[in-house]
Amino acid sequence: MFTTFLFYALSTVLLAAAIGVITARNPVYAALFLILAFVASAVLWLLLEAEFLAIVLVLVYVGAVMVLFLFVVMMLDINVTTMREGFLRYAPVGAIVAGIIVLELAYVIWFRSDGLPVGAQLVPRDGAYSSTEELGKVLYTQYLYPFELAGMLLLLAIVAAILLTMRHRPGLKVQDVAEQVKVQRGDRVRMVQMKSESE
Amino acid sequence: MASALSTDLLTAWPEIILAVGLCLVLVVDIFLKDSYRDVTYLLSIFLLAGIAWSLLGAGAGGETTLAFGGSYISDPLSRVLKLFAVAAVATVFLYSRPYLRARGLHLGEFYVLGLFALLGILVLASSYSLLVSYLGLELLSLSLYAMVAFNRDSPLAAEAAMKYFVLGAIASGTLLYGMSLVYGVTGSLNIGDLQATIGTAQASSLSLWVGLAFLVAGIAFKFGAVPFHMWAPDVYQGAPTAVTLFVGTAPKLGALALAIRILVEGLPALGDLWQVMLAALAVLSLVLGNVAAIAQANLKRMLAYSTIAHVGFILLGFVAGTPEGIQAALFYTLVYVIMASGSFGFLVLLSSRGEEVETLEDIKGLWQRSPWFALMMVLLMISMIGVPPLAGFYAKWWILSALLETNHVGLAVAALVASVIGAYYYLRVIKMMLFDDGGQAHAGGVPLDVRVVLSVNVLLLLLIGLLPDRLLELCARAAALI
Repeated sequence: MFTTFLFYALSTVLLAAAIGVITARNPVYAALFLILAFVASAVLWLLLEAEFLAIVLVLVYVGAVMVLFLFVVMMLDINVTTMREGFLRYAPVGAIVAGIIVLELAYVIWFRSDGLPVGAQLVPRDGAYSSTEELGKVLYTQYLYPFELAGMLLLLAIVAAILLTMRHRPGLKVQDVAEQVKVQRGDRVRMVQMKSESE
Repeated sequence: MASALSTDLLTAWPEIILAVGLCLVLVVDIFLKDSYRDVTYLLSIFLLAGIAWSLLGAGAGGETTLAFGGSYISDPLSRVLKLFAVAAVATVFLYSRPYLRARGLHLGEFYVLGLFALLGILVLASSYSLLVSYLGLELLSLSLYAMVAFNRDSPLAAEAAMKYFVLGAIASGTLLYGMSLVYGVTGSLNIGDLQATIGTAQASSLSLWVGLAFLVAGIAFKFGAVPFHMWAPDVYQGAPTAVTLFVGTAPKLGALALAIRILVEGLPALGDLWQVMLAALAVLSLVLGNVAAIAQANLKRMLAYSTIAHVGFILLGFVAGTPEGIQAALFYTLVYVIMASGSFGFLVLLSSRGEEVETLEDIKGLWQRSPWFALMMVLLMISMIGVPPLAGFYAKWWILSALLETNHVGLAVAALVASVIGAYYYLRVIKMMLFDDGGQAHAGGVPLDVRVVLSVNVLLLLLIGLLPDRLLELCARAAALI
C-alpha cells in the first residue's frame, strides 16, 4: 500500500519535473528540473529493487553529466530569445514527429503486447538477492571481454581529448609560485633620486 | 571457472599484450623530454615486433579456438589479418618519424593513438559477436578521428577531422541500429548463433532485411565505398600525410574483417540479398573512383579516389560469395595495403624535409633528381593498374576469375572497363615523373633506414607478383574455414 502511494507520488514528481524541463524559460532551471527528474526515476528504480541502477543513475547522470551540463549552460552566453524565434516555424514538424512516436508506442503497448507479461505481478526477490552482485557476475564473466574493451575505449577518449585540447604555446602566461615567493623588493621597486622641483 | 578464464586469456594474448604495452608506452612517454621522443618510437616498434614475432610462431596451426563465451575467435583468418595489421602499422611508424619531426609534430600521442587503432583492428579481426565488433570499430575510428586532427594549427586538418567525425558517428549509429534490428529478430549477438539460427522463415522477415541494409551501409562507410565515400577525399587531403598513410592502410584490414565476420559468417542466410547490395556499391565505387581520380591535381586526393576504386574490386570478391571470392577479396586487401603503404609512404618521404609534396606538379621530372624513388613509384603505379609482373595483377585476376566462375560476366566486364579508365591517371603519374620537367620534389636528405623500408615495401610487391603461391595459400587456408 505504502509502495503504491510512493510510486504515484514519485511518478507525479517525475512528470512534473519533465514538464518543467521543457517549459522553464531559464536554461539553468531546466537543467535543475532534469536533475529532479533523474532523482525521481532513481527512486522509482529503488522501488523495483534495482538498487545498483538507481545509484549509478544518480552518480553518473546527476553527479557527472548534469554538472557538466550546468557548467556549459552557465559558461556559454546563450541568447534564449533568438533560440525561440523559429519555434512556430518548426512546431508543425515537431508535432508530426511527436504524433508518430505516440502512435508507435500506443501500437506496441496495446496491440503487440499480447504474448508479453506486461502488467503481470512482479515477484519480489528475497532479501539476500543483490542486483549489484548479479550484474557484477555477468559483467566479469560472460561480458568480460566487451567490458574491458569499453574500458580501453574510455582510456582512448581521455588520451584523444587531452591531445586535442592541451597545448603548450610559447609565450603562454603561467603563474610560477616559486618565482613569486623568491621575489625581492629590489626586483620590483626602483628608487629614483629626483631633485625637488622649485616653484 | 578459473581454468576456463586462464585459457581465455591465453587465447587472446595478442590483444592483451598490445593493450598492456600501449599503456606502458603512454606512461613512459609522459616522463620523456621532447628531445627523447625517439624512445617512444623505439618502444612502439619493439612492442609491434614482439607481437608480430609471436603471431608468426602461432600462425602455423590451422586450428580454430573460441574464447570469452564465444565472443572471441582465433582462426587462420584472424591470424593473417592481425599479422598484416601489425606489419602495416609498424611500416607507418617507420615512414612517419622524419616527416613528423620536420614539422614539430613528433609527439608520443601519434604512436599511442596508432597502437589504439591497431588494438581496434585486432579486436575486429577476431570478433565473433556484434557487440565486440562494434567496440573494436569504435576503438579504431576514435583513434583515427583524433589522428586526423593531430596537427592543430592546420585549419584543413581540423575541417577534415570534423567531417570525418560527424559522418563517422552517423555511420556507427547506422551500424548499431542494424545490429539492434538483427538482435531483435534473432535474439542473439553471437555470430555463431546468428549463422546457426537464421533459418528460411526468419530470412524473409522484413525487419531483418532493414537491419541488413543498415549493416551494409555502415560497413560500406568504413570501407569508403560509393555512395558512403564522401569523407575519404577530404580526410586524405586534409590530414597530415603521415596520418593519411595510416588511414589508407591498416584500417582497410579492419573493415574487411568486419564485412567477413558480419556478412559472410553471421548472415550467410541473407547472402543473395547482401550480394546484390554489394554489387551495386562495387560498380558505383569502381566507376566514380576511377573517373573522379582523373580530375584530381592533388596526389593525396587522387589516391583517395583510387582507394575507392580498389574498394569496389574488394567488394566484388564478396559478390561472388564463394570461398574463392572471399579468398580473392582477402588477397586483394592484403596486396592493396602493401601498395597503399608504398605510395603514401613515397609522399611522406618526399615531404620529410618540411615542405609538402602532394601535387602532380611537384613530382614532375623526379626521375632526373631521384631516380630510385621515381622507379619505386613507377612500380607502385604499375601494380595499382594491375600489370602482370606485379602483385596487383594477381589481385585483380583472382577477383575476376571468382566472378566468372559464378557467372557474373557483366560485373567482370564493368570492373575491367573501369580498370582501363583507371590506368590513365596512374600512367599520367609515371609520365610526369619520367618525361616532364619543372617539379621541385627530390629525395635528398631522406634517412637511409626509411629508404630501405620503401625499397623492401615495393620489392615485396614484385616478389608476390612473381611467386604468389605462398600468400595465396595463406588466404585460401583462411577463407576455407569460414
